[in-house]
Amino acid sequence: MRALGKLALLIALALPGVTHAVTPSEMLKDPVLESRARNLSRELRCMVCQNQSIDDSEAPLAKDLRLLVRERLTLGDSDKQVLDFLVSRYGEFVLLKPRFEWHTLLLWGVSPAVLLIGVFALVMMARRRSAVIASPPALSEAEQRRLSTLTGPSSANVD
Amino acid sequence: MIPELGHYALVLALALGLVQAIVPLAGARWHDTALMRLGSSTASMQFVFVAVSFLALTACYVTSDFSVSSVFENSHSQMPLIYKVTSVWGNHEGSMLLWVLILSLFGALVALFGNNLPETLKANVLAVQYWIACAFYHFILLTSNPFLRLAQAPLEGRDLNPILQDIGLAIHPPLLYLGYVGFSIAFSFAIAALIEGRIDAAWARWVRPWTLAAWMCLTVGIAMGSYWAYYELGWGGFWFWDPVENASLMPWLAGTALLHSAVVMEKRNALKIWTLLLAILAFSLSLIGTFLVRSGVLTSVHTFASDPKRGVFILAILVLFIGGGLTLFAWRAPMLKQGGLFAPVSREGALVFNNLFLTTACLTVFVGTLYPLALEALTDEKISVGAPFFNLTFAPLFIPLMFAMPFGPLLAWKRGDVLGVAQRLMAAFAAALLAIAVTFVVTGMSSALAPFGIGLALFVMAGALTDLVERTGLFRLPLATARMRAAGLPRSTWGTAVAHFGIAVTLFGIVCQTWASERIVALKPTQTVELAGYDLTFDGMVQHAGPNFRELAAKFTVRSGGVPIGVMEPSKRSFASRGTTTTEAALMTRGVSQLYLSLGDTNDDGSIAVRLYHKPMVLLIWLGAVVMMLGGGLSLSDRRLRIGAPKPATKSVLQPAE
Repeated sequence: MRALGKLALLIALALPGVTHAVTPSEMLKDPVLESRARNLSRELRCMVCQNQSIDDSEAPLAKDLRLLVRERLTLGDSDKQVLDFLVSRYGEFVLLKPRFEWHTLLLWGVSPAVLLIGVFALVMMARRRSAVIASPPALSEAEQRRLSTLTGPSSANVD
Repeated sequence: MIPELGHYALVLALALGLVQAIVPLAGARWHDTALMRLGSSTASMQFVFVAVSFLALTACYVTSDFSVSSVFENSHSQMPLIYKVTSVWGNHEGSMLLWVLILSLFGALVALFGNNLPETLKANVLAVQYWIACAFYHFILLTSNPFLRLAQAPLEGRDLNPILQDIGLAIHPPLLYLGYVGFSIAFSFAIAALIEGRIDAAWARWVRPWTLAAWMCLTVGIAMGSYWAYYELGWGGFWFWDPVENASLMPWLAGTALLHSAVVMEKRNALKIWTLLLAILAFSLSLIGTFLVRSGVLTSVHTFASDPKRGVFILAILVLFIGGGLTLFAWRAPMLKQGGLFAPVSREGALVFNNLFLTTACLTVFVGTLYPLALEALTDEKISVGAPFFNLTFAPLFIPLMFAMPFGPLLAWKRGDVLGVAQRLMAAFAAALLAIAVTFVVTGMSSALAPFGIGLALFVMAGALTDLVERTGLFRLPLATARMRAAGLPRSTWGTAVAHFGIAVTLFGIVCQTWASERIVALKPTQTVELAGYDLTFDGMVQHAGPNFRELAAKFTVRSGGVPIGVMEPSKRSFASRGTTTTEAALMTRGVSQLYLSLGDTNDDGSIAVRLYHKPMVLLIWLGAVVMMLGGGLSLSDRRLRIGAPKPATKSVLQPAE
C-alpha cells in the first residue's frame, strides 16, 4: 500500500491537471484479466470527479482504484467479488449503475411502469373507440318501422 | 461608457417587456385592436435594445475592457479575436444575455412574420413570450449583470478557461440556445391557446415551423457538443451521459415527440391535448436544463459560476412557468374538444407509438439525471447514475422505436394495413438481413449483438428510401412519370425520409464503435506502434508557441502499408495566465473513420505514454445529425408552411363561441 501511495503522489506531482487515464505501466500482462479490469473500470465511479468512470479519469484516486481492481483480479476474485469489495469499502456511490434495491426502485421502475401504463391506456382507448365505431346506437322504433317498410317487399323478392 | 450603454439598453428592454407582457393580453381580452397591435412594435423594439446591449458587451470583450468584471474574469488581451468574441457567451453572465437575445429575436420574428395569425392569438403569444423574457431580464439585471464594473481596472484579464478556447465552443452554445429558446415559442402558443380556450388544426400548422426550426438547431447543437467533447476531452468518447448532456437531450426527445404529434393534430385534428402538453413539456425541460447547468446543482465544465442566489432565482422562474403552465393546462385542457378518430394500426397509431417511446425515453433520462439529487436531498444516501445505467435503460426503448420507423410513413391515415406495409418493406428487410450476414462474416463473432444494430440501421435507411420509391413510383412507372411525381411530392415527405435516414446514419456510426480498437503504450522516439493496419512512428517532440499558450507536441508519421500518409501531432498546451494545461488530441480522418491519438505522461526514461484509437465510421455519428437537420430544413420549406394556413376567402360572419 505504501508503494501505491508513493505512486499516487508521483502522479499528482507530475504535469498539473493533465495526466492520463489508464497508463501502460498499470496494465496487466494477461489480456483476459486486463479486459475484465477495463470493463469493471467503466462501471466504477471516480468519486472525486464529476460523472467520470475510473477508466476515463485522470485523478490519482482513480488510478488507485484501477490498481486495486487489478490487484483483486490477479488474486482470483470474480467480477462480482471485486464490485462487492469496492462497495463495502467506498459505499454504493462507487457504482455507476446502482443496484436494484428498495431505494432505487423508482429509478429502475418508473420508465418500464410508465411504458406499460401507456400501452395499457392506449389499448383501452382503442377498444373503447372501436366499440363506439362497431356498435352504433340502436335504431329508434320509428326508424325501425321506416326501415322495414323500405326493405320489406324487396327482401321478399331476393329470397 | 459602452458598458453603461449596454446596461441601460437592457433596462429599457425590460421596461418595454413589462408593457409587452400586459398590454396585448388586455387588448385580446377587450378585443381592442390598437392594444393588441402594440405588442408587435414593442417586440421588435425590444429585440433592438437587447441587440444593442449584446453588441455593447461584445465591444467590451473585443477591446479587452478589463474594467468590466466579466471581461476581466473571462478574457485575455492576447487571445485571438474569434475567442474574444466567443468568450462573450463562454461565461455565465454573457450566456444569459445570449439567451435573452435569442428569446427576443424569436419574439420579434413572430411579430414580423405572424401576420396570418388570428389577432388575439398573436397578441396572447407575444404577451406570454415576454413573460418569459421579463423573468430572464430580471434574472440578469438582479443576479448576473454582465456590465458590472471593477473599482480599479486590472491590466490583464484572467483568460478564458482553456478548454473552452475552441471553435466547437463558438458554435455549440448559440445553436443549443436557439433550440432551447425556440421551444419557448411552442410554449407561448400552447399557453395562448389555453388562455383562449380554443385550439384547432391551424394552431398546429403555426406552431410546427417554430418547433421544427428549434429542433434543427438543437439537433446540430447537441451533435456539435458531442463532437467537441470527443476531440477536446481527450478520451475519445462521444456521449458521456453527463447531466449537462442529458439536460440538452431531454428537450430534444420531447421536441421530437412534439414534432410528430403536431403532424397528427394538423392533418387529423386529433391528439390536441397531448400536443399541448408536449409543447409545455419541451420548454419546461429546456428551463430545467438551464437550471441544472446554471444553478451549480451540478458542477462541470459547463458551470461557469456557481452562486446559490442565481440557483434560487432560476428555480423560482422554473416553478413559475412550469407550475403555472401545467396548472393552466390541468384547468383548461379538459374544455378542449377532441377530434379525429383512428384505428390503432394507422399513421396516427404509429405516431402515437413514436410518442409513447420518445416520452418514456425522455422520462428515463429525466429520472436517471435527477434521482441521485432527489435521493440525497431526501435520505442523505449517495448513489451514482452513470453511463452503464443509461445504456442499459435507454437503448431498449430506442430499438422498437427505430424498428417501427419505416412502417410509420407507409401506413395510411385512419386505418392502415400493417401486412401490406410489411410486404412493401420486403426489400428493406432483405437489405437488413444481408447487412447482418455480411457483418458477421467480416467481423467474425467478435460481437453477437452489434451486427443486428447494423441491420437495424440499414433497415431504417432502406425503409426511408422505400417510402420515396413507393410515392414516386420509381421502378414501377416510366422514369419520366416518376420524376414528375418526385417533383410534385410535398417537401415534408422528403423531409421525413431524409430525417429518418439521418438518424439511421447516426445509429450506424454508434454501432460501429463496437469495433473501435485501442492501444495504450509508452513509446520512445523512433519506436513504432501498429493499429488497424496503420503504423505510427514517434519522431520526437516539437515545441510551438501559440498566441496565449505554449505547446509541446509529439510528432508521429503515419504509414499505411508502408506508405507515409501523413503526420499526427497530439500536444499539450500550457496556458500561463491560468496555469493550466490541456491535451489536444490529434485526429486523422480516413473516409469517415478516424485515427485518434492523445498524449499521456512523459516518463523518466524519456518515453511518452500515448493512447491510440481507431474509430471506424465515427464521423457518421455527427454526419447523421447534419442529415437530420437537412431533413428538418426540407420539411420547413414545405409549401404549406411557407404559404401558411388557409384563410377564409370572404369575411364570414363569426359564430359565437358557445
